[in-house]
Amino acid sequence: MNPSDRAFPRALAVLGGGYVLLIVAMFAADLFFTSPIQLVRALSAPEIRYAVWLTLLTSSVSALLSILVAVPLGYLLSRYDFPGKKLINAVLDIPVVLPPLVVGLSLLILFQTSAARLFEKHVFAVTYAVPSVVLAQFAVAAAFAVRVLQAAFNQMTPRSEQVALTLGCTRAQAFFRVVLPEARRAVLAAFAIAWARSLGEFGPVLVFSGATRMKTEVLSTTVFLELSVGRLDAAVAVSLLMVAIAVVVLLLLQQLGKTDAIDGTVRR
Amino acid sequence: MIAFEFVTLRAGAFALNGVTFEIPAGGYGVLMGKTGSGKTTILEAICGLRPVLQGRLLLAGRDVTALRPGERGIGYVPQDRALFQTMSVRENLAFAPSLQGWSGEDTDRRVRELADLLRIGPLLDRLPAGLSGGEAQRVALGRALAARPKVLLLDEPLSALDDETWEGMIGLLGQVRKATGVTTLHVTHRREEARRLADRVFVLADGAVRPAGVADLQEQAR
Repeated sequence: MNPSDRAFPRALAVLGGGYVLLIVAMFAADLFFTSPIQLVRALSAPEIRYAVWLTLLTSSVSALLSILVAVPLGYLLSRYDFPGKKLINAVLDIPVVLPPLVVGLSLLILFQTSAARLFEKHVFAVTYAVPSVVLAQFAVAAAFAVRVLQAAFNQMTPRSEQVALTLGCTRAQAFFRVVLPEARRAVLAAFAIAWARSLGEFGPVLVFSGATRMKTEVLSTTVFLELSVGRLDAAVAVSLLMVAIAVVVLLLLQQLGKTDAIDGTVRR
Repeated sequence: MIAFEFVTLRAGAFALNGVTFEIPAGGYGVLMGKTGSGKTTILEAICGLRPVLQGRLLLAGRDVTALRPGERGIGYVPQDRALFQTMSVRENLAFAPSLQGWSGEDTDRRVRELADLLRIGPLLDRLPAGLSGGEAQRVALGRALAARPKVLLLDEPLSALDDETWEGMIGLLGQVRKATGVTTLHVTHRREEARRLADRVFVLADGAVRPAGVADLQEQAR
C-alpha cells in the first residue's frame, strides 16, 4: 500500500474519532462524578422508580404508535403519487426540524381548543396526565419512524409485490404477505429510533405534561428536577441510568434483528 | 395465445404506438430489442402493471385489457427474479396455489411436480438469499408456473448466467414448454436465445413491433 493510501484511512479516523472520543469522555466524566452508592440511592427513591417505570411504559407505547402510523405513511409516500404528496413530505419534516419545546407548546395550545376540551371531558384527560407524555413523545418520534420506513420502502424493489399481484394477490395481500415481512428489520429499526427518541424527549413533555412527581415525571424530567434543586449527583446518577436503559433496550432490539436476519440457511 | 391489437403504451416520455402481434396457443414467442427499447414495458402491460391506453390485449382468447393482474392467468418471471426473500423455496412455489384456494394436498403435489421438473428438490427448504443465479431462476420459473397459468412471461430470463448454466436453462425451458404447453413470451436482446427456443420471433425497435427477418437472427450475439 502506498503512503498516501495508508494516510487516508488514518485521516478519516482522526476526524471521525474526535467525535467518538467526545461521547466516551462525556460518559466517563459522568461515571467518575458519581458512585455506585449514589446510583443505588437514586434508584431506591420511589419517585425515581416511578419515573423509570413511566419512561419505559410511555416510550414503548409511543414507539408502537409511531410504527402504527409510520408503516402506512412510509409505504404510501414511497409507492404512490398523489396530489399534495410534496406538502405532506414537508409537513412531516416539521417535528424533525422544530425545537421540541415548540412542539410541546403547540400541543398545549391544541388542547385549549373546544374540540380537544370536549374530548378531555368525555373521553379521557390528556393535558398534565400520562397520555400527554405519550402524545408529546409520539408527536416527535413518529416523524423519525416515518423517515426510516420511507427510506426502507424506497430501497425495496416493487418487483416482489408486482409478482405477488400477478399471482393473485390484492394490493393489501401483497403488502401484508410480501412487503411487510421483507421490511421487518426496517420496522424494528424504526421502532428503535422512535423508542430512543421518546426516551430522551424532554421539552414537549415538560411543557405539555408538566413535571409532577409520581404523576407525569419521566427520567428526562427527573434530571431537570434534580438539577433545578441543585442535586447534581442525583441528576448525573439518573442520566447514567438513562444511558444504561437505552443501551440495554437498543442492544436487545439489535439482537432481535440479528436472529431474524435472512442468511440463506436451511429452514426447518 | 397472446395477442396485442393496436396497443398504445406509455412509460414516462417514451411511447409505443399501435403494437400488434400474436403468439398462438402453446407457442414460444421471443421478443428481441435493445436495452431501453420498451421490452419490459410490453411485459408489464400483459401483466396488468401498466395501463393499456388504446387497443386490446387478449390472453388465451380473453380480452384482459381491463382485468387486474391476478385475474389474467399469467406467470411472470421478472429480470431480477424478485423471489420472496422471507419465504423458503417451497413457500415461494406454494404461494400462488395456496392464494388461489388449492387444498394443501394439491399444493404439495404441485410443489413436488415442479421440484422434479425444475430439479430443485434439494433446495425446497432453503431461503432465496442462499441460492445461485441459476437456482434462483429455476425457483422463479417454478413460482410462475405453480398455479398452471395459460401464459408465461419471461423477462431476460437467461441474463447474468454463465455459459454452462445458460445452456442448461435453454434445455430446461424447452422441457418446461413440452411438459406444460404454456404459451410463452420470452424477452431478450440475444439472438441466440431466439434461434434456440422460439417458433415466433419479433423485434421491438423505434416504438414498434415487427416480425423478425432472417437478417435479425443471423448475427452471432454470443
